[in-house]
Parts: sequence; structure tokens; C-alpha cells
Amino acid sequence: MITFDKVSKTFPDGTLAVENLDFELPTGKITVFVGPSGCGKTTSLRMINRMIEPTGGRILIDGKDVMSQDAALLRRSIGYVIQHAGLFPHRTVIENVMTVPNLIGTDKKKSRATAMELLLRVGLTESMANKYPVQLSGGQEQRVGVARALAADPPVMLMDEPFSAVDPIVRAGLQTEFLRLQGELGKTIAFVTHDIDEAIKLGDKVAVFREGGHLAQYASPQELLENPANDFVADFVGRDRGFRSLSFDSSGVLVLDSVDSVRSGSEILVLDDAGRPLGWAGPGIADERSPLSVAGTFTAADSLRVVTDLAISSPVGIAVRVNDSGVADGIIRHPSLVRQLDERRRQRAGTAS
Amino acid sequence: MDYLEYLLDPEHWDLAVTGNIPSLVVDHLYYTVITLVIASLIAIPVGLYIGHTGRFSFVAINAGNAGRSLPTLGLIILLVTVIGFGLLPVIIALVILAIPPILTSTYAGLRAINPASVDAAKGMGMRPIQILFRVEIPMALPLILSGLRSATLQVVSTATVASYVGLGGLGRLLVDGLALNQYDRVIAGAVVVAALAIVLDLIASSVQRLVVSPGVSGRALTRTSNKAPSSSVGPATATAG
Ligand SMILES: Nc1ncnc2c1ncn2[C@@H]1O[C@H](COP(=O)(O)OP(=O)(O)OP(=O)(O)O)[C@@H](O)[C@H]1O
Ligand SMILES: [Mg+2]
Repeated sequence: MITFDKVSKTFPDGTLAVENLDFELPTGKITVFVGPSGCGKTTSLRMINRMIEPTGGRILIDGKDVMSQDAALLRRSIGYVIQHAGLFPHRTVIENVMTVPNLIGTDKKKSRATAMELLLRVGLTESMANKYPVQLSGGQEQRVGVARALAADPPVMLMDEPFSAVDPIVRAGLQTEFLRLQGELGKTIAFVTHDIDEAIKLGDKVAVFREGGHLAQYASPQELLENPANDFVADFVGRDRGFRSLSFDSSGVLVLDSVDSVRSGSEILVLDDAGRPLGWAGPGIADERSPLSVAGTFTAADSLRVVTDLAISSPVGIAVRVNDSGVADGIIRHPSLVRQLDERRRQRAGTAS
Repeated sequence: MDYLEYLLDPEHWDLAVTGNIPSLVVDHLYYTVITLVIASLIAIPVGLYIGHTGRFSFVAINAGNAGRSLPTLGLIILLVTVIGFGLLPVIIALVILAIPPILTSTYAGLRAINPASVDAAKGMGMRPIQILFRVEIPMALPLILSGLRSATLQVVSTATVASYVGLGGLGRLLVDGLALNQYDRVIAGAVVVAALAIVLDLIASSVQRLVVSPGVSGRALTRTSNKAPSSSVGPATATAG
């Protein structure tokens, strides 16, 4: 657990970057610091490993004040991923990854084997090991940066916009792999981003910062979307927060209609012999021999967001659920979905007050 | 008269004859090496200090200009009148000549380092001295060595002035040749000095190749033409030929 205990930072030039920050980052979870540029995210992150020293308050890791520890030793025990990777250009990929194990004097052979394993783990290949950073793409550099931070197996990781320098497709891939990796490793992670979508996707907890290093809200992503503490958070989280909050609820709560209800009538779901949906037909829609595409199906594991999206994009306003073998086992019409979402909202409002 | 007569006369390469060319080369190298060692011992640490801390950077910046404008021969004569004849005034003057290029390039090498790498080194838990030796110097090495190379060239050519104050070295061929109107002797001196400079620079460039990481010398980029598309994420990209 990382505790910010009334932490403030005033730079020598008088800039008040962080003021009276008071919150806790849970062990084994990802806590995302998010907020507009210049609101003190990096400053807060770097105070954890003493790259910046607080001018007021204390930061404790598992109850121990970071200022009471030797700065270099403290930093070796904390993984640090720097924006734009910050790799050492004169060292090969594997040497970069072995930086901290070399500093703490781990046996060379052992640390090389660990480093190699880590490269694979972050999605690189063994053939990358002897390349130099100039020979890597942006996405590969970020992966090496993450592997380097993990090399000494630190319980705590600090990550400052690690995925900001790559294009959206690569970023989405890195985020997914990062979540998979965290699922295996369970580190205590402080993660800085200015991208609210990234914060919502990755965070177990999200700390929304506002100008002057104030904490505007500290909550789970779902809470943030559904109950923003103030206009600043609501604005920062964005207009479609209602829609996005649906991604936290499973479609399992929905009451569906039977597939039989769309086997005849004005909208007909055409199935193959096994019962898998082929498409939509009906008077004024299409002939049963060449039905309109279903435009996707959902399973019980999908979120309400997926179902809503399907109902909106379906040519007939109906989302189709399938079981694990792809057989249609239920449908939901747009009006029914809206009614059920409305009930859900009312229930929540009731329990929240 | 044959311009190359002196140079090609086997007698002048005979180690038994006094004033033979190989012994002059050895003297010349001796002055050069001593000068470069002393100059490096002064200029590299000072350059590292200034580059690392950013303090007194005007010293490093102005050293280059000051060095270029000092007439070495004049300086030697001044030093000889102050401390008398001998090796010392010559070496002092040559060291003063060699310091500016080494100092300036060491400083520039450190300043050119990407601050993110130094920040990363600190953030990983390196101590200041480890940052200097494991990150800053290796990254600044191409510039430091190029400063050393240009200092070497200057010292090799300028070390000929040693002969004006009675010392040996290849300057002897020039000074004596001019005094005796033996122009083939002067030419021999000029040719051997030039050849020595070229050989030393070739050696220096191979050393540079050995000690500078391919990652910072640019060789990593030419060795394999690689700025590959990222491996497993992103859309599949056609493999380049
Ligand atoms: N070394 C410094 N000296 C003076 N002021 C600083 C220093 N570092 C940061 N600041 C100021 O402190 C404030 C917070 O900076 P910080 O880098 O923490 O912001 P950030 O939230 O990380 O922003 P970004 O998203 O742009 O990275 C800014 O106003 C910045 O100008
Ligand atoms: Mg920042």
C-alpha cells in the first residue's frame, strides 16, 4: 500500500505543483493518476521514488516513509517506466533489461535468463535481445521499458504515460497485454495518463487530478462514470460517460425474449440447421434466402455496452444472444433494452441516496 | 635536384646513424603521447565536470576560441625565457594547444546526451558516479573521441616546433633543412609528419570503432536496415525485402 499523507510540493521557483494530497493506493492494484496537463500527476508519481522530494507531508510505502530510506536503494526496489521509454541507447535490449539486476549484484547468468523470459512475457522475441534501441519501433521500445522496470521483480511499479508515444492500435494492444500481465503479476501500480479512456480501461482505482495538484475525485472507474463528484470530473470524463459506464455491467442481468418470438411476423431471424443466426428477413426487410447481416451477436459474458451497441446498429433494432456454440438462445428489442436500462438507473439512484 | 632524395636515402633510415628518421619519429611520438596523456587527464575530467553539472560552462565554450588564437611557437619562446630550455616548456605549450578541443568536445558530448536517459538511470537507482560511468560517458564517447582525434592531429603537426628550441622530433628535418637550404630534407620532414598524422588517425578510428557502442555510433542502424514494424500487435505489415 502506498499512502499519500497530506503531501504538498512547491518547486523552488514558487510553483505549487501538488497541494495536500491525501489518499491511498491499494496493494496489488492499478491506480491511475489522470487529469489535464500540468496538474501535478508526474510530480506526484515521482515523489513516490524520491525523484522529487515533497515539501510537505509524507509518502509511505507499506507504512515506511520513503524519505527515511536511501534514495538509490529505494529506487532499485521500485520499477519505473518513463515516458518515451528512456532506454539507454548504448546498451542492447537485453542489457537495458538487466540494468537493475546488475546494480543489485544479481548473478549475471541468472539475470540474463530472467531478462530473456521477461522479453517474451512483454511480447518481444529472443531475436530482439541483441538489438539496440535505435533499431526498435516505438511500441517495441515501450515493451522493453516495461520489461526493464519488471526485471528485479519489484512489488511496486511507477509508470508515467508508458503508452503515449504509440499509435492508437498499438496502444490498445499494449494496454490489453498490460492487463493480462498484471493479472499474472499482481503488482502495486501507479500509472499516469492524461487519457481518460486509458484510465477507465486500466484502473482499479482512478485519481482525477485538477489544476494545482488537487484531487478532484478518487474512485473506481464505474463510480467515476456514474457519480462524478463535481462538474470538473463530469466534464473531464466526457459526454458519453453514461454509455461507457454500461461496460461495467454484465448483460446477464437482462431479461430476454425467446428466439421463437422472431421466427415469424414482421422481423424474422433466419437460422441455419444448427440454430446459428444467419440474418434478418421479413416483409420490407429482405427475402429469407438472402437475409440482412445480423451485424454481430453477444454472449452472456458481454457487457451492457456491447448489447446496447448491437441493438442500435442492428438493421431491425434487435440484439441477438448466442451460447458458446454460437446457437441463438435469446433476443432483446431496443425498446425493451431502454426500459431495462432505465429501471437499472432508477435502482442505482435509489441505492445511492 | 631530386625532391625525395633525402627521404629515400637508405642511410637516413639506418638506426646506427645519428639523426635517422625512425629515431626522429620515436622522439616525435614521445612528445605527442606525453602531451595527449597530460591534456586528457586535465581536459576530460574538467569537461565531464562542466558537462555533468552545467556549472562554468562558459569555460568550455570559450576554451575552443582561446585555444585557436594562441600562437604555439610564441608561447614556447615565452616559456623558454621564463623557465629555460628543455622538454618542459615544449610540453606545456603543446598541452595548452591540446586542451581546448578535448575539453570542448567532452563538454559538448555530455550536453548532447538525451536527459531522459540520465533521468532513467537515476530512476533505476544508479548513484551519481554510476550514472557518469555507465550512462553519460558511454553516450558521450563519440564526441569525446573525436575531440581527442582532432587534438592528436594538431599536436602531431605542431610538435615540430620542439626543434626550434633545440629538441628532437621530426621538426629537426624542417629546421635543419631550412637552415642548410636542403629542401629535400624539408620535404622529407613534411611527408613523414603527414604520414604519421594519417597513421595515428587511422589507429584512433579503429579504437573508436572498438570502444563506442554501435547503438550510439550509428552503426546499429546501417548494419541491419531495421526500423521494423512492431512485432505482435497492430495490423500485419508486409515484410520488407
Ligand atoms: N522542476 C520544476 N520546477 C518548477 N515547476 C515545475 C517543475 N516540474 C514541474 N513543474 C510544474 O508543476 C506543475 C505540475 O507538473 P507535472 O509535471 O507534475 O504535471 P503533469 O500533470 O505530469 O502534466 P503533463 O500531463 O503535461 O505531463 C506544472 O505547472 C509544472 O509546470
Ligand atoms: Mg507528466
